[in-house]
Formats: sequence, C-alpha cells, structure tokens
Amino acid sequence: MSYIPGQPVTAVVQRIEIQKLRDGDNLILGFSIGGGIDQDPGQNPFSEDKTDKGIYVTRVSKGGPADVAGLMTGDKIMQVNGWDMTMVTHDQARKRLTKKNEDVVRLLVTRKSLEDVVRQSMMPH
Amino acid sequence: MVASSPSPTSPCVSLPHSERSRDRHKPRSRDGSNRSDRNVTTGTPSAGTGALDQTPAGTDPQDDNWAETTTAVTGTSDHSLSQEDLAGFAKVIEGPGPLGRGRLARLLPLGLTLLLGLLVLLTPLAFLALPQLLWADRLQACGTACEGLFLSLAFKLLVLLLAGWALFVRRPRAALPRLAVFRALLALLTLLLLLSYWLFFGVRILDSQDVNYQGIVQFAVSLVDTLLFTHYLAVVLLEVRQLQSCFSLCVIRSTDGETRHYNLGQLSIQRAALVVLERYYSDFSVHNSALLTAAKSRTAKYLADLKVYSVDGPSSDGAASQSRAKMAAAARHRDTSHNELYYEEADHERRVRKRRARLVVAVEEAFTHVRRLQEEEKKKPPGDVLDPREAAQAVFPSMARALQKYLRTTRQQHCHSMESIQQHLAFCITHSMTPKAFLESYLNPGPTLQYGCGGPQALQWTLVCEASVTSPLRDGTEFQLRNADFSLVVSTKALPSLKLTEEYVHPKSHKFVLLLQSETSI
Repeated sequence: MSYIPGQPVTAVVQRIEIQKLRDGDNLILGFSIGGGIDQDPGQNPFSEDKTDKGIYVTRVSKGGPADVAGLMTGDKIMQVNGWDMTMVTHDQARKRLTKKNEDVVRLLVTRKSLEDVVRQSMMPH
Repeated sequence: MVASSPSPTSPCVSLPHSERSRDRHKPRSRDGSNRSDRNVTTGTPSAGTGALDQTPAGTDPQDDNWAETTTAVTGTSDHSLSQEDLAGFAKVIEGPGPLGRGRLARLLPLGLTLLLGLLVLLTPLAFLALPQLLWADRLQACGTACEGLFLSLAFKLLVLLLAGWALFVRRPRAALPRLAVFRALLALLTLLLLLSYWLFFGVRILDSQDVNYQGIVQFAVSLVDTLLFTHYLAVVLLEVRQLQSCFSLCVIRSTDGETRHYNLGQLSIQRAALVVLERYYSDFSVHNSALLTAAKSRTAKYLADLKVYSVDGPSSDGAASQSRAKMAAAARHRDTSHNELYYEEADHERRVRKRRARLVVAVEEAFTHVRRLQEEEKKKPPGDVLDPREAAQAVFPSMARALQKYLRTTRQQHCHSMESIQQHLAFCITHSMTPKAFLESYLNPGPTLQYGCGGPQALQWTLVCEASVTSPLRDGTEFQLRNADFSLVVSTKALPSLKLTEEYVHPKSHKFVLLLQSETSI
C-alpha cells in the first residue's frame, strides 16, 4: 500500500457490492469510515504507511449489509461507484457513500492479505 | 592507654581568648612536641590532636564517652578550657618559635615586590629633583604647561601606586613549588624599563646638563605613562587572561571516588593546582578514613584464613601455584560474598535509620524547652535568664546520648568533639534555628573547611606531575595532589569550541491547524 509520489498507485483490489438497507428514511450500509486528506493520518491504526490519508473501514457492524457483502475492518476503500477515494476529504467520502438515490454501492477495497494471496499464488510450486 | 574522660575534677587552665585566636594563624611546623611550659596534660594528648587522624572505629578516643558522663554543666567560667583543647594548644603555641624556611620563602617575593615598588615611586621624583639640585641656577623657569605636567605626574603616580598596591601587595595564599613565571617576567620587564630610563637620563641629561626643564618634566611623565601601561599588561596577564574558561578539570579523590568538575581558564599547572585545592576545601565533603576500612577487611579476612596444601607432592613452582590457588579460591568466594555484603549493608542501613529517628525526636524535644525571651517578659522573666551558651549547656544532656550513638553508627565521632557540638547548639539557639537546621551538619558530612583545618599535616600537599609545573594546562594533562591520607587525581579536558548559529523566527509565524480523526458511521 505504499506509493511513490507522482507515479500511479497500484494495488490488488477486491470488488465488493453492498446493498443498502432501508431503515425508515435512511439508507444504511453498516460500517464506519475514517481518514481523509483533512484528517491526521498518524492516528490511523489500520494503515501500514502512517502518511496514508486514504479512507479506511474502521468498524463493520455484524450482520449488516457490509458484513454480508464481505467488507472487513481495516480495508482501504479505493473507489466508490467509480469515484476515486484516495484523495478526498472525510466529508466528501461520506457524501459519496450515502447518496440517497443509490441503492447499491460498488466498492474497490484493498487490504494487505490480498497482496499476499496473489504473491503466493504466483510463486512456482 | 586511654586517658580519663573529662570530669569536674580535671585540671583547667584559664587563658584569655584573644591569645587563642591569634596563635591560630601562625604557620605550624610538622613536629608536635610539647615545648611550651604553659601546657598541662594529664593523659596522652595524641588521641585528641588532629581531628582527621585515622583512629579506627573500634577503639574509642578519649572524648567519646561524653554522652554518658555529661552532667548539667553550670557555673563554669566561660574561659575555662577542657582537656582536649589543652592538647590542641600544644601544637599551636610553639608556632612562632623558629622562623622556618617556608616563612622566609613566602616573604621573599613580597619583599622584592615592595622594593620594586619603592624604586618605581622614587625614579620619576628623582628625575625631577636631580636637575633642581645640581644646576638650579642655569635651569629655565617652569611655565604653566610645565606646572600642569607636575599635576598630571602627581596624579598618575598616585594611580600607579594604588593600582600596584591592589594588584601586587597581597598576602600570598600559598607557597608554590616553582617560580611564578609571569610575575617574574613582569618584574624583569619593569626593571629593564627603569634601567633604560636611568641610562638615558644619565647620559643625555646629567652629563650634558640640559637646561630645558620642561623637557625633563615631560621625560618623567613619559616614564610614568610607560609604567602605567606595564601595569595594564600585568593586569591582563595575571588576572584577566584566566577568566575565560577553556578547560574542564575532573577532580577525583582517590580513597572514596568523590568527583567534582571545575571550569578553569588558561593557567599554569601549579596555579591550577592552587585553584583546585581552594575549591576542594569548600566543596568536597570531609575525608572520613573510618568509612574506608570496612570494605578492605572483608576480602582480606577471607584471604588471610586460606591455607594452601599441595596434595600431589611438592610442585616445581611453589609460590606461584600457591598464589594462583588462592586467587582461584577468592574468585569462587566472590560468588557468595555479595550475599554477605548485601545483608550487612541492609542491616547497617536499618540501624542508621533507627538511630537517626531517635536522634531527631530527642533534638526536637530538646529544642522545645528553649524559647527566646519576649520583649514584654523582660521585666519579670518566668524563669532563669540564660545567654545562648548556658542555654545550650542546659539542653545538651537530653540529646547527648542519642547524638553520640548516631555519630558512632555513622563513624563520624572523631569529627565532632563535645565542645564543638555545644558551640554549634549555642549558635543555632542564638539565631532561632529549627532542630532540623541544627541536625543538618551531623546528618550530612559537610565540606572540609567546616571542621577546622585539622592540623599542619592537612595543609601540606605535594604536586605530582609528569610535565613541568610551570607549563600551561593542556588537554589531557594529568596531575596528582598528594596529602598524607589520600590524593586528588586531576585530569584536564579542553572545553569544546561551540558553533552557534542564529535562526530568526517572525513573531507572527506561529500558526496551527487542528487535525481530527473523526469516524463516521454510514
């Protein structure tokens, strides 16, 4: 998850599709986010690189839509419905995820274990 | 051969106090024989002399039983002396006897300085007076400018004399082993100056009998100017040069490792040694030889009891193998001796703390009995009116026992005599000090000066150095100052030359942002 400034960021991502749950007037997804370019990256417990200002999943409520879809805590959200989430403020991220007219959000998330799995599978046996 | 403890029947000699204080400043020579006939001793004076001699902790010196035998002392005159003071007197009185070599050596530089000062004073006056005396009729009259020169000459001479007195005429603090190089050079320079001026005067003015008096007066004024500049040079070389510190000296006492660091400027080794000694007397705690013997005795006892038997018959190298065997046994013993050390020290610590608690309580109680007489009570005092010394003597017995036990446990009993403790108590009472203030000097060992100078042996130091003692201090210089009981090891280190750069900070440039870490649940 480290990056070289100026170069495109590459990561092994997993596609996760979450169906929003209608709860009265709100549409809930069942997880919490933290991070953003206006936040303090040093306090992020999930990031490897403490200068990473991306959006991370801090909590997944059990049994909620996100948990059902396979989202895990500590995941870094790279895209939401095609919109980039690596260089957004916290509020912008929240807005992109909680649009009232969308029922489904398609996330691209990355985590460390994905890279390890890919590397392992690429090793000659 | 322990002498009798002081009791009311011991002989007392009345001597005026002034004599005692005067004799204390005289230099004392080494041998402490009783040559004076005013001395009355009933026992051995050797046990009481010299507060810092090595009496082992086991044997009690003569004045150590004062706690058990002290009664409420009243009615004795202020001027009576007890036995241990008489013993100390023996050494002091025979001071002014022989005018030793040391004394002469100390006075010689002072005498030379005074001679040179006299010469400096008389030369300009001689320059002015000689033409007047020898060819007064042919001399030109002295105009106003000339008389103005007289004034300036007089004041400059006065300034020169005062400055010279301030700088050079001082009681020498110590006898240095070698010549003080700068002073000698300056004296030589001054002599050279005077000589050359006299030569010039003799040749150009006396021989040719110059009639221009104003010129002669200007000549004298120029001499005084040059002398003033020489004095400025003396001030810079002798006083100012060593003010800026560029060396850090590490002084370690060889017996117990007490270390201090001092910053000094550029000095010769002997002068640096002088400075170190002065600071030693006021900074280092007093040297207590009784505390040192305990550590050595442990391993020495063990090694002395070891006997080596050779089981395999006589070996070729007898002595070497025996010593090796002893060392191996001692090494193995060291594995368990730490245990003994630990328990011994823990025990000692507990004992000291117990005694200290008892002492503090006893002293506090004693101090509650003494109160300063209030203003309104002066008409009809509630009890006996006492002066500080009597008040001290009255409350002393109640705390004497606890204090003596504490001093014995911490092995300080030879540093404090009963007389000194009573004196200290009277001092504390006079200045309305708390019991804690009184106890402070007994709980923590103070600097060496506090205990008096400890006899002539304590003032005799030897400077041991590989380089010449008049050479200047350099980085890495090491020397030793040896005393009869211990030595101070001094090592020099140059202070680093620092590089200081500046960074300007605009007062309005301090701005801050708040970084939050918020978590939104969606």
